[in-house]
Amino acid sequence: MSALTWAVADGLVVAKRNLIKIKRVPEMIVWILLSPIMFVLLFAYVFGGAIDVGGGIGYREFLIAGVFAQTVVFGATYTGASLAEDMQKGIIDRFRSLPMSRSAVLIGRTASDVFNNILSIGIMALTGLLVGWRIRTSLWDAVAGFALLLLFSYAFSWLMAVVGLLVPNVEVINNASFMVIMPLTFISNAFVPIDGFPTPLRIFAEWNPVSAVTQAARELFGNTNPAAAASEAWSMQNSVLYTLIWIGVILAIFVPLSVRLYKKSVTK
Amino acid sequence: MTDVIRARGLVKHYKEIKALDGLDLDVAEGRVLGLLGPNGAGKTTAVRILTTLLVPDAGTAEVAGVDVIGDPNGVRSRIGLSGQYAAVDEHLTGFENLDMIGRLYRMGKKGSRFRARELLERFDLDEAADRPVKTYSGGMRRRLDLAGALVAQPAVLFLDEPTTGLDPRSRLSMWEIIRELVSRGTTLLLTTQYLEEADRLADEIVVIDHGKAIARGTADQLKSQIGGERVELVVESHAHLAAVRETLMRVAVGDVVIDEQTRTVTAPVTGGSSVLIEVLRGLDGSVSVLDVGLRRPTLDDVFLALTGHGTIEENGAGEHANGAQRTKESV
Repeated sequence: MSALTWAVADGLVVAKRNLIKIKRVPEMIVWILLSPIMFVLLFAYVFGGAIDVGGGIGYREFLIAGVFAQTVVFGATYTGASLAEDMQKGIIDRFRSLPMSRSAVLIGRTASDVFNNILSIGIMALTGLLVGWRIRTSLWDAVAGFALLLLFSYAFSWLMAVVGLLVPNVEVINNASFMVIMPLTFISNAFVPIDGFPTPLRIFAEWNPVSAVTQAARELFGNTNPAAAASEAWSMQNSVLYTLIWIGVILAIFVPLSVRLYKKSVTK
Repeated sequence: MTDVIRARGLVKHYKEIKALDGLDLDVAEGRVLGLLGPNGAGKTTAVRILTTLLVPDAGTAEVAGVDVIGDPNGVRSRIGLSGQYAAVDEHLTGFENLDMIGRLYRMGKKGSRFRARELLERFDLDEAADRPVKTYSGGMRRRLDLAGALVAQPAVLFLDEPTTGLDPRSRLSMWEIIRELVSRGTTLLLTTQYLEEADRLADEIVVIDHGKAIARGTADQLKSQIGGERVELVVESHAHLAAVRETLMRVAVGDVVIDEQTRTVTAPVTGGSSVLIEVLRGLDGSVSVLDVGLRRPTLDDVFLALTGHGTIEENGAGEHANGAQRTKESV
């Protein structure tokens, strides 16, 4: 077998281990699933009345794609946190002393987190349907929408893997990622239309990858506002392509970077 | 005999701390080397370099004929490592842990499962095999970790403080397991801060302090290096100390020392127990002896003599500083 097939085979062994852990400690996954539900309910019922997205579309329908995007970005934190936790424990010494592929721990980690993300997107979609969200496009568009969200979360997992390898402990990653993810998700079109933003923020929001994946999901699920066109920016006009570019760039940078960091890292 | 482990001039810094300062090690096939030293002496760093977890700043090392730095994966497939902190996943069962390791050694599904069951039985963990490791005792975790190191039947085994933190019973059972492994021909490098452990398990001992080997040899060689045996006599009354001293002077090969407080007279001697008999015969009936014995120096004495500080575990990271506070004692 080639190095790549071994990396995948070893990665699946590690992924299996991560999934067993979810089975044994279901509390963890419960918290991951509860937060998007909370976000849907908070925004739909608390802010929903005050936010007018204009013309022909209810706020809840507008909102869900945004919460999807936010959920997968937040979900990636789990990748970093789990990795940081592993690095603190002896198990990583075991892995590093085995003749296994050097990228397997990372491949396994990010792969098992895809499973987490499928779960949370599934829960999100159900909650959305309950509060009035609808898919208005074809089945294949919807599938493409979910696939794009998962791909985006996968790329973000690798980004957070690098963070997880850099931080000294799990507590740091939770705080650090909060500082990055909050502005990233809030200075975007995820929860509110961006045309009312002050110019610098609007430009940031237009080119923000979270806005791109949100806009793309809205288009693919048919939740765009027919009355108010999306921003004129190229990124918003070509949101699917722009999201794919982000995914490609993130993976191209952070996959090799995280593998390099893993090789060099020492158990803390 | 060929050296299975061979290290030359290993140097490793952690920021400004010099963890290893030119360490050489040789372990012949089928032999047990005990790397003995206090906390922070560099034992774990040496093991981490030899097991490819760390790259040294300088120096070379070969394990089973493979260059540790040039071909780390080649080394990894020939060694087993069991560390100070049991490297097992506590959410997985004992079986799942070993099965996973087998898969990562690429032993296949069937091979891994078979080997996992076999090891669990051998290490007396078969009853707990399908319980999460979280429920295991410290001794059980350590046995499982050792089993993990043996999954691929490595020819070279590294055990980093295998019994630190274990209760006496678990320690004895661990020693038994290790001795059995060695009797099957496994080459073993063992680190310990327990002198008794090195004495019992190792063919050869390297005493390490501040990243340097400060002595090497068999336990007996090390003991003789700091002088031989001593006669120790405790009398009932202070009045008899002088008489005892007189008698001991006749057999002593060095100074006779009197400890007034404990009413103990000590003298270095040669000749073993026959000297003891001679001493007792030499004392007339008027001296009432409470205790008499021939004392061979322990490895603790060796360490004290070599480093000027004992091997008592110090708290935290300030191990180096503590050594300096003690005065150098001669034996």
